Amino acid sequence: MSPARRADAQHTSMFLRMLLRAAVLRRGRAASALLAMVVAAAAATAMLNLYVDVQAKLRKEFRNYGANVVVVGKDGETLPDSALEQVNAVLAGRGLAVPFAYVVARTSDGQSVVVSGTDFAQVRKLDSWWSVNSWPEEAQDALVGTRAAAVVSPQAKPFDLSFQGRTIHLDSAGTLSTGAAEDSRVYISLTDFENWTGVQPSTIEIAAAGSPEEVNAVIIRLAEALPAAEVRPVRQIMEGEARVLGKTRATLLASASLIILTAALCVLSTLMGWILDRRRDFAIMKALGASERLIGSFFAAEAGVLGAIGAIVGFLIGIGVAAWIGRVNFHAAVVPRFNVLPWVLIGSVAVALISAALPMSLLRRIQPAVILRGE
Amino acid sequence: MFFRLVYESFRRQKRRKALAGVAITLGVAVATAMIAVATDVGDKMSRELRAYGANLLVTPQEDTLDLQIGGVDLKPPSDGTYLNEADLPKIRGTFWHHNIVGFSPMLPVNVNVSGRDVTLLGTYFSKKLSFGKEDFATGVQITHPWWKVKGAWPNDESQDVLIGESLATKLALKPGDQIQIRGQNHRVAGLLLTGAGEDNQIVAPLGLAQQILRKPGAVRRLYVSAMTKPEDALARRDPKTMNAELFDRWYCSPYVQSIAYQLQEAIPHSHAEQIRQVAQNEGTVLARIKGLMLLVTLAALLASALAVSAAMATAIFERRSEVGLMKALGGGNASIAALFFVEAMLLALIGGLIGFAGGAVLARQIGRSIFAAQITIDPVLLPVILALAVIVTFAGSALAIRRAVKFDPVYALRGEG
Repeated sequence: MSPARRADAQHTSMFLRMLLRAAVLRRGRAASALLAMVVAAAAATAMLNLYVDVQAKLRKEFRNYGANVVVVGKDGETLPDSALEQVNAVLAGRGLAVPFAYVVARTSDGQSVVVSGTDFAQVRKLDSWWSVNSWPEEAQDALVGTRAAAVVSPQAKPFDLSFQGRTIHLDSAGTLSTGAAEDSRVYISLTDFENWTGVQPSTIEIAAAGSPEEVNAVIIRLAEALPAAEVRPVRQIMEGEARVLGKTRATLLASASLIILTAALCVLSTLMGWILDRRRDFAIMKALGASERLIGSFFAAEAGVLGAIGAIVGFLIGIGVAAWIGRVNFHAAVVPRFNVLPWVLIGSVAVALISAALPMSLLRRIQPAVILRGE
Repeated sequence: MFFRLVYESFRRQKRRKALAGVAITLGVAVATAMIAVATDVGDKMSRELRAYGANLLVTPQEDTLDLQIGGVDLKPPSDGTYLNEADLPKIRGTFWHHNIVGFSPMLPVNVNVSGRDVTLLGTYFSKKLSFGKEDFATGVQITHPWWKVKGAWPNDESQDVLIGESLATKLALKPGDQIQIRGQNHRVAGLLLTGAGEDNQIVAPLGLAQQILRKPGAVRRLYVSAMTKPEDALARRDPKTMNAELFDRWYCSPYVQSIAYQLQEAIPHSHAEQIRQVAQNEGTVLARIKGLMLLVTLAALLASALAVSAAMATAIFERRSEVGLMKALGGGNASIAALFFVEAMLLALIGGLIGFAGGAVLARQIGRSIFAAQITIDPVLLPVILALAVIVTFAGSALAIRRAVKFDPVYALRGEG
């Protein structure tokens, strides 16, 4: 090893020793600075994680509004037999598709009523706002809208409906209340419906999951797969969702910025105090002949290491906090985003360096003798 | 002597006091803004959720069944009963009229256009009405915000119509063309895109539909868009089973049920029902957003409390030699601690006041830029915020003060430690 290299190595080891001793000897101060770092990094991580994930969480809530895409036969025609299979193939599990078939039937006393055939198990998932006292389970069971019930089966008695001369005998299994057109209808299972009327579904209501871009892609693919049908987005649902989601994210972003700002302030004041507190070390080093650059890099290294450790510990805690908020508020954990880590790391180290640089520039102007005299 | 110490400490250590003061001010400003946003976000979001449209439907009480399939009305116009258009402005006189964002009457009529049977829907676009001294405008532009028009919205007093986009393609019509309905020519003001049944209908001013039906003042359905409070156990109870006190509480809460009840009172022979798809989901979405903001606000309060504590701890730690000097001159622990606490309280009060004003401005900015609406701060919040600031500042100082007075004055004066 050449003398120059050896001197260099000694230099480095001295540097590291000073760093380590500084941390060990002033444990209390170092710990409080580190704590501030950890809290700031944890707050930043939690907020960034929430900001990224809240969209997905809220989208799931918005799917409770029901279908966002409708497939209908052109000009009131029924859909081809394979339509539902094709829709399900396009969705590939990322959504729910429910067929509806409609006819106008007559009651035994000659009143008209809309009868719809559908898949009850699926409707229950799609239209969660339907208020139903008991869902039909057996064949020939009907779900009767509250307004229709007053006409077709006032005391939930079995009733007959006829369509083009064919009659079906139905049991009123439960009543349905939605406050909209469904209240005037009678719903029966699709099998019963097709056996009775021979009419195929004319509408498929689809709740496609995902972002607006993904839903639009689904709409385009559906239109290609079903040229005989009209595929259209339910604009009421899609626009409402986009609007509320946008506002929520903007509010969250504003809050996140405020919180991160406060956390950075917390770090700034703690670290500045820490460095100012050590002006005697600074003066002694300077009196012993250390260059300003060396002292600067010493304090910068300290702050940088503190920032990095704080960022990593804070990141882990922050992920925990975000997961907890997800569990409490959305009943589903927020997925940890590890791509947030570099940002938190860079931000923490930068804030730490800035906090160190400010008091340094203040100290540089003061003569070591003045500091050592204790003024 | 005590007050002189406090006064001189503020006069001579401006830099240190400023640092701690800035930390408190910023902390309080963030806390105030977050509390204001969190308390108001429910109200603001409730308004945004009106983008989903009407959440109440009013129908005639003795109505026959609707025969609606895919937005096509198959009910013969002679069937059923109607609401009276003249009763509609009375909605403005109900208890919760401030919560009613808008309403639109609907009157479907079947007409034959170029050999096709189509539904003509009469409604308000943005109709000017008055109730008492109050003038207001309402219609589908408010209750159905997702309706898009290519061209222009027709005037409610005119004979112009909108044509649903699918129907317009079939009839080869574009804005500005003429369409013949029941032997009369009408101008097509624009094409309507809704993503629902109206895409295959003609939408016209209510007066025109009544004229075709020859029933002046007739309204088949009324859609009402109201801001409501999420449903709870009280909301779901039947008003008939309540005692007077409970009924008053129910009646004076903006539940969708109580607003429906009041609509029935205002409009004779009507039946009002919540549209569950909109009304029920609104509650869950609102609860989620409010819950989120509450937790985020807690995080913000915690972060600002920590920032204030850290700044105070630093400020006091720097003054060890001062403490040493006071102790050497015979100052008791209690009087030294009292000095620091009074200083901390003064800082907290000054910082708290400035921070509160700053937070109010911040909240207003957030409200204006995100919701295009004012977020106002309740002045009642001021004492609460000030008390919080003092408590947090005390808590942040307590440990540092304890350590400062415990410190041996000899070391402190030698400048060690």
